[in-house]
Amino acid sequence: MSASLAIETKDLGRIYKLRGSKKETRKELIALQDVNLTVERGELFGLLGPNGAGKTTLIKVLTTLLSPTSGWARVAGADVHAEPEAVRPRINMVSGGESSGYGLLTVKENLWMFSQFYGVPSKEANERIEALLEMVGLKDRMHTKSSDLSTGLRQKMNIVRGFLTEPEVLFLDEPTLGLDVGAMRDVRRFILDWLKADKERTLLLTTHYMAEADELCDRVAIINKGRVLACDRPSVLKQRLQKDALFEIEVSPLNGLTQQMLVDQAEVTKAAISETEKGAKLSLSLVEESALARIINLFTQKDVKVMNLNKREPTLEDVFVDLVGRSMAEEESNGQP
Amino acid sequence: MDSPNPRSLAALRPYTHKNTGWRLFVSTILARAYPRIIGQQREVSWLVFDLIMPMLAVIAYVFVYRALNAPEEYIGFVVMGGAMTAFWMNILWSMSSQLYWEKEQGNLALYIMAPNSMMAILLGMALGGMLATALRALVVTLLGIFLFGVTYAVSSYVQLFLVFMLAMVALYGMGMMMASAFLLFGREAWHMANLAQEPIFLASGFYFPIKSLPFWVAAGASIIPLTLGMDAMRQLVFATGFQFGFLTVQTEIIILAVLSVVFVVTAKVMLGYIEKIAVREGRITESRR
Repeated sequence: MSASLAIETKDLGRIYKLRGSKKETRKELIALQDVNLTVERGELFGLLGPNGAGKTTLIKVLTTLLSPTSGWARVAGADVHAEPEAVRPRINMVSGGESSGYGLLTVKENLWMFSQFYGVPSKEANERIEALLEMVGLKDRMHTKSSDLSTGLRQKMNIVRGFLTEPEVLFLDEPTLGLDVGAMRDVRRFILDWLKADKERTLLLTTHYMAEADELCDRVAIINKGRVLACDRPSVLKQRLQKDALFEIEVSPLNGLTQQMLVDQAEVTKAAISETEKGAKLSLSLVEESALARIINLFTQKDVKVMNLNKREPTLEDVFVDLVGRSMAEEESNGQP
Repeated sequence: MDSPNPRSLAALRPYTHKNTGWRLFVSTILARAYPRIIGQQREVSWLVFDLIMPMLAVIAYVFVYRALNAPEEYIGFVVMGGAMTAFWMNILWSMSSQLYWEKEQGNLALYIMAPNSMMAILLGMALGGMLATALRALVVTLLGIFLFGVTYAVSSYVQLFLVFMLAMVALYGMGMMMASAFLLFGREAWHMANLAQEPIFLASGFYFPIKSLPFWVAAGASIIPLTLGMDAMRQLVFATGFQFGFLTVQTEIIILAVLSVVFVVTAKVMLGYIEKIAVREGRITESRR
């Protein structure tokens, strides 16, 4: 493994044996399959995919919490399965919506406790806790019991927990899940400040917020059903769609209009439908803009009213649709475990 | 969030030093003990569960013994049993189930992922539980003196300290072992603990000397460290000495020492096994599979 690599996986796989009744044959769930990734030191790397895609499983393997069933993975130069004790001092992880720590302890006490598990000298830990809490805007609540914090403030405490131990490689699993817009912005800014302070620090972020990945990540891997479908800089991934014209159309109730009907139209390369309160939102990828006329004709036949129509630049969501054939929301509602 | 000021930026610099080895082991024990020693005192419900409830049982037994004209030492035996009840309840319902709750809360994964030893986490839980419970036991003992005029005549402070410490090590060693078992067997272990609570109150002689029980019942109950611990302490702190004792204090010290080693070593082995299957099967750190 190159010394410049923070993370490297080779043909990494993980199969879960699902528990059921004793009489039933045990079913298997392929959570990861042939995952090959490299993350450079100093990189902010994003893992994008719907719920159940395998992102959290991959993080668990990389953080030594789960052994792979095939292939191997190295983090900070050490094999996660063979040498977990070499990996653990150099990593940390924060998950979105986690409820770690003890509600009877204050924010500062909880953070101090976790810092001790990593051997941070007590005095230095206390100083660092105060400074980090100040950075995330939580210093005035440091003597509040963590059970009295709102979800957003609690997540800020969790974020500080992850950064407090100064990991070489930090794993953030959906860190902004459930946060309001202001708190999300705070967390993202904090992440970038932390990375800027030391060029050797590496951060692996999983998210299903495409805009978040686009804004933050140097490179992203798009993962679905346990497989990495693409891995590159966001701009490069989006460039692959530049040849198509992308339209977003809001329509009144669909009146039987289906995704297949849209795809069947000439020069329509991709189509996705997501239901909204007022009707539905269609995302279309067209070879030529002129194909839009045929789409409008189809709407007329189906008595579907157009409420809004926008031509837009491609996003990572479009890249996902291009790779998978469905939007992330559709993929999630497709019954992934 | 404001722009980072120079002090905040200093907070982003790497540490120059981190504790490893035995220093990390000790800091982990102390840190994990902290929520139990400090945090638990903030939950005033302990006054009801750890003080008032045991005292009600003590009061009931005191009235029964006085009505039967039992020797006055029995009042002291009951008060000591009431004080030690706090330790047994702590083991059965707090220590044993702790890893299970740590898993449900998401702490267990963080403990396993950290560079500390899981044994240090368990020892911290044990130390914290022991110290927090010692406060409750002390209050019950003082209430016994105040309410019932119990008098103590300690024959050997050294032996008393030794017996108490060995009983605590063996008891919390057993608690550490049970914590791993609870995690492995989940709710089934819960039912077992429920089932064990009352019979153990009886067989371990919390409210009477176990000498009154048939020999083999008392011998069987000796697997619970509090059985011999209480028997030896009763011999050492009351004037009756060996008169109501099951075995001699020296024999009980040896057995308690053996139990301490067996339980702590078994806890370590079970914990290693738990960690192994946690990583292999992924079912210890998450409940959905």
